[in-house]
Amino acid sequence: MHPAPSVIIFTTFSGLGFGLLFWLGIGAIVPTGLSAFIWFAIAYVCAVGGLLASTFHLGRPERAIKAFSQWRTSWLSREGIAAVLTLIIMATYGAGLVFTGTRVAFLGWVGAFGAIATVFTTSMIYTQLKTVPRWHHWTTPVLFLALSIGGGALLAGQITMAIVLLALTGGLQTYSWMTGSQRFTNSGSDMQTATGLGHIGKVRAFEPPHTGGNYLMREFIYVVGRKHVKRLQVNAGVLGFIAPVILLVLPFNHIFMALAVLCHIAGVLCLRWLFFAQAEHIVGLYYGKR
Amino acid sequence: MTQLPDKTDKKLGLVIDLDTCVGCHACVVSCKGWNTENYGAPLSDQAPYGAEPSGTFLNRVHSYEVQPDAGPAQLVHFPKSCLHCEDAPCVTVCPTGASYKRSEDGIVLVNEQDCIGCGLCAWACPYGARELDADAGVMKKCTLCVDRIYNENLPEEDRQPACVRTCPTGARHFGDLADEASNVSQLVAERSGFDLMPQLGTKPVNKYLPPRPKDVAVPAQHLEPVAQNGKGFVAWLDRTLSALPGRTN
Repeated sequence: MHPAPSVIIFTTFSGLGFGLLFWLGIGAIVPTGLSAFIWFAIAYVCAVGGLLASTFHLGRPERAIKAFSQWRTSWLSREGIAAVLTLIIMATYGAGLVFTGTRVAFLGWVGAFGAIATVFTTSMIYTQLKTVPRWHHWTTPVLFLALSIGGGALLAGQITMAIVLLALTGGLQTYSWMTGSQRFTNSGSDMQTATGLGHIGKVRAFEPPHTGGNYLMREFIYVVGRKHVKRLQVNAGVLGFIAPVILLVLPFNHIFMALAVLCHIAGVLCLRWLFFAQAEHIVGLYYGKR
Repeated sequence: MTQLPDKTDKKLGLVIDLDTCVGCHACVVSCKGWNTENYGAPLSDQAPYGAEPSGTFLNRVHSYEVQPDAGPAQLVHFPKSCLHCEDAPCVTVCPTGASYKRSEDGIVLVNEQDCIGCGLCAWACPYGARELDADAGVMKKCTLCVDRIYNENLPEEDRQPACVRTCPTGARHFGDLADEASNVSQLVAERSGFDLMPQLGTKPVNKYLPPRPKDVAVPAQHLEPVAQNGKGFVAWLDRTLSALPGRTN
């Protein structure tokens, strides 16, 4: 799959932003006044910034409002609604902390649930696709949620929780990478089923429909990423999980915290790039490519 | 609305005969022509005369080599357009309701005024039937020429999809696959029509008819010379040239 920067930025930063909102909502930290304003500003810059970035890959972004209408069937529509509701609820909750110094626990818990729900709906946009076997797997939503809550814990300064969650997420990510490459083969889709010609013999793409490229090939057939997969996985693992955990285990220091956050963000950007670049869409079979 | 209808009154679709298709791409051209000049945003091209031409097409013809365990390989031309699936994954993922499946005839369409060009429907389609137009920013797909098949301004013989009307070998057939007596349903029954990627549960309406196995093996070796000692001017020239020093191929 083509790794569009807008979608990588969106999933990384909105995941972190909603993760931080989760920890703020459950009352793991209860800042008030200016300090609360800064905490919520960080969360909203990440979450809203990510959501805005996601509109950049739309062909007609001026009509984005219509995307709230089809929640009955569409995970993308559900995500939009969950995100907006969560942001409104958490803004109300945050306003209470900033202006009156009071915590309305009920609103916080509802908002925290909304933050989880938003990240889950994001992950389901990818998980639902049978056409991308690497994504069509339980590890996709679990990883999105774990990265969001783990990264949120890191941003929220929840050191013990961050160490535990990042270590677990790192393990799960490694498991997903190790098993991910088999999923295409296991899906049962190959050139024989794609063309229905398997009963005659082995199928090979002889001539593509056009000598030039097309939208499908640009969007779904991306082979550059796979060349350096191992190196990128090591990079993402070290930056996203190992380095932050080591920095958190060291005696507390604001510089270490800042470094841990920066490393984690760089690591997540790297693994999200891989999430797209490594994923193969079955339409590539018609072109004899993956 | 992106909820799929429980049942459609008709299942209009195509039956494509892989035995007959010669891979001439006439259907590709007529499809592009009709759908650029008529309904909806035109099918744009980017740098059509440049170094890397690219464009939007609703119908593309692939060619595959199929190698049996024994015997010569077979070349199969393979036209592919929207299969108007009964359980169309492209429709349910649409966040705006732009994609829909008609309950009266089962045609899957895009309302271009509602499309935000997010591309998710193209991601959900296993067949590569949807292409985002780079100029209009909206999703384009086969409409089964909905503006021809019901169009009473056209002569009756033209009231079928442009690709079917134009096919010089009769490899494409249009009809109601819900009606067991229809010409297309009978073709599917007689020729063992099949679905593409049935394991994905999309239940395509369009069917493909398999190519027949080759009954005559094409000789791969050169023919034996029919005469050794020829007569006449060319034979004399051959002998004379052969006598000169130098290499003979």
